[in-house]
Amino acid sequence: MIATLLGQAWHAMGANKMRTFLTMLGMVIGVAAVVLMTAIGQGAQLAVADSISSMGANLFIVLSGSTTSSGVRAGGGNAPTLTVADADAIAELPGVAAVAPLHPGSGQVVYGSNNWNTSIYGITPAYLEVRSWSLAEGVPISDSDVRSATRVCLLGRTVVQNLFGNEDPVGKTLRIRSSPFVVIGVLAAKGQSLDGRDQDDTILVPLTTAQRQLFGVSFQGSVRLINVQAESPEAMDGVERDMTALLRQRHRIRENQDNDFFIRNLTAVADSAAETTRVMSLLLGAIASVSLLVGGIGIMNIMLVSVTERTREIGIRMAIGAREQDILLQFLLEAIIISVVGCCIGLALGVGGALLANILTKTAVVISGSSVLVAFGVAAAVGIFFGFYPARKAARLDPIEALRYQ
Amino acid sequence: MPSSVIAVRGLKKSYSTPAGDFPALKGVDLDIDAGEFVAIMGPSGSGKSTFMNLLGCLDRPSAGEYILDGRPVSAMDKDDLARVRGRLIGFVFQGFNLLPRFSLEDNVALPLVYANVERETRRARAREMLDKVGLGRYAASMPNRISGGQQQRVAIARALVNRPRLILADEPTGNLDTQTSEEILALFETLHREGITIVLVTHEPDIAAHAQRLVRFRDGLIVHDGGHVPEDHAEPAR
Repeated sequence: MIATLLGQAWHAMGANKMRTFLTMLGMVIGVAAVVLMTAIGQGAQLAVADSISSMGANLFIVLSGSTTSSGVRAGGGNAPTLTVADADAIAELPGVAAVAPLHPGSGQVVYGSNNWNTSIYGITPAYLEVRSWSLAEGVPISDSDVRSATRVCLLGRTVVQNLFGNEDPVGKTLRIRSSPFVVIGVLAAKGQSLDGRDQDDTILVPLTTAQRQLFGVSFQGSVRLINVQAESPEAMDGVERDMTALLRQRHRIRENQDNDFFIRNLTAVADSAAETTRVMSLLLGAIASVSLLVGGIGIMNIMLVSVTERTREIGIRMAIGAREQDILLQFLLEAIIISVVGCCIGLALGVGGALLANILTKTAVVISGSSVLVAFGVAAAVGIFFGFYPARKAARLDPIEALRYQ
Repeated sequence: MPSSVIAVRGLKKSYSTPAGDFPALKGVDLDIDAGEFVAIMGPSGSGKSTFMNLLGCLDRPSAGEYILDGRPVSAMDKDDLARVRGRLIGFVFQGFNLLPRFSLEDNVALPLVYANVERETRRARAREMLDKVGLGRYAASMPNRISGGQQQRVAIARALVNRPRLILADEPTGNLDTQTSEEILALFETLHREGITIVLVTHEPDIAAHAQRLVRFRDGLIVHDGGHVPEDHAEPAR
């Protein structure tokens, strides 16, 4: 019976190919839009999640305070208020996973006939762990390098490209601010940070080397900033509170005085970026859903026209024994076929479009099985929902009236 | 007692109009036995169409009783009525009413779809019926490829396919020329000889003359029920 009805529905749709095609097109565009927009939205969320994890999870940056000379304030990180000893003290706090004091600067780097200006970070071995940064080749900076202030360095990918080209830099000697340094490793590519900085345009050297030989410090052991990683997102509030109290105490700051350091919570920045993309992907989905709804209304419209046009046919069918439910099923089936077939084509187009966008524009896309399933389910539901009213209208026709209809 | 296919007692039907209830049938009694060939005549508005709709189970009476093949139709719900239409009654309409996009065979087989008959049986029965009305070789044709008379023969084949107890024909020759009408009536007479009960509505006395029995309606009542057509009551063809 169902097979026969399917055949008849197919027949009826084939009788008006152009109309069936246009009705289906509404569903096709709706579903394709939902799939494509969801893929792009989820892709954007994934990209943000990636760049957040590349920054390091649960991260604080403690900056030294600003200096004021002749009324000109120099901004955070300029006053020599933080020390390696501060970092060691923070490491003792509960909830702190790792601490990496950092002494940044910049300078001209020369290798052979090439030179390049880049940022140079003096680090301790914990830094790579805190930033979840791995080495592409070579060995990391060790504690003994830091203790004896050796002239070794790790190069970021961009620096390698600009100084060495295709040459393997490990084991070579380059000059940083005229001092010779041996390259002991190359960092894995990390890409852009959330604010668009090239994180690979960096050279890492031992902290002590940076302090004593490259940039100099106001006093022994002073650092410009400290990376602090908390054990978990939940621990972050406590760590921030304890850290503030600890540093105020260590720096002997009185009750009514301002801090001589700044604490930045990088996760808060990341969260707001993630929230932005989440809202964007919701918005995309919502707009796409509207087109799906419009497609559904198109189906309803055409089914209503079809019922009116075929009133006489309905009358004949009733006269030769069709029950209300037979007529209902017949028209409902047509609506469902249109929406399901339209949905399949739309899925193919949406997935194809997403892959094409990925290839052409390098936009990150995520095609998840769940979003495809949801699109399919919604399309089928739209077909049933918008097909039901016209089908019921057909089934409720009075056979006498229907037979008399011209 | 001869088996009565149709037994109607005090059948009434009124339609509500803005001007109040309009009685289309005012109490009709009629028995039609198995194998009879009955013609129903009457002017427009006489109630004969209403009566045919009730006989065909397309409508339910306001009052009175209708027993079709021993079953009280008046008490049935919509689904039962649909089942009765499909299995006990075969309709033949003035306008043929074939489905335009279906082949003749599919048209003839359609009642069997609603009667849940298997596909192969449907095909075989439809072929058999088309052969019976002399159109077997056109089984795969579309309705618009054949003449009006042939279409009406297909419609008769469709009416017969479920082996109904009763054929209801509503002006079956109204759209046909005289010669084709004669052919269709010859077909009805053949069916009549095979023992099928036929009720035929017509305006034309010479069509009605083919029937054994004439029932004449006027103003919602039967005014004549007899074996032949009285010439003095013959009305002009429309």
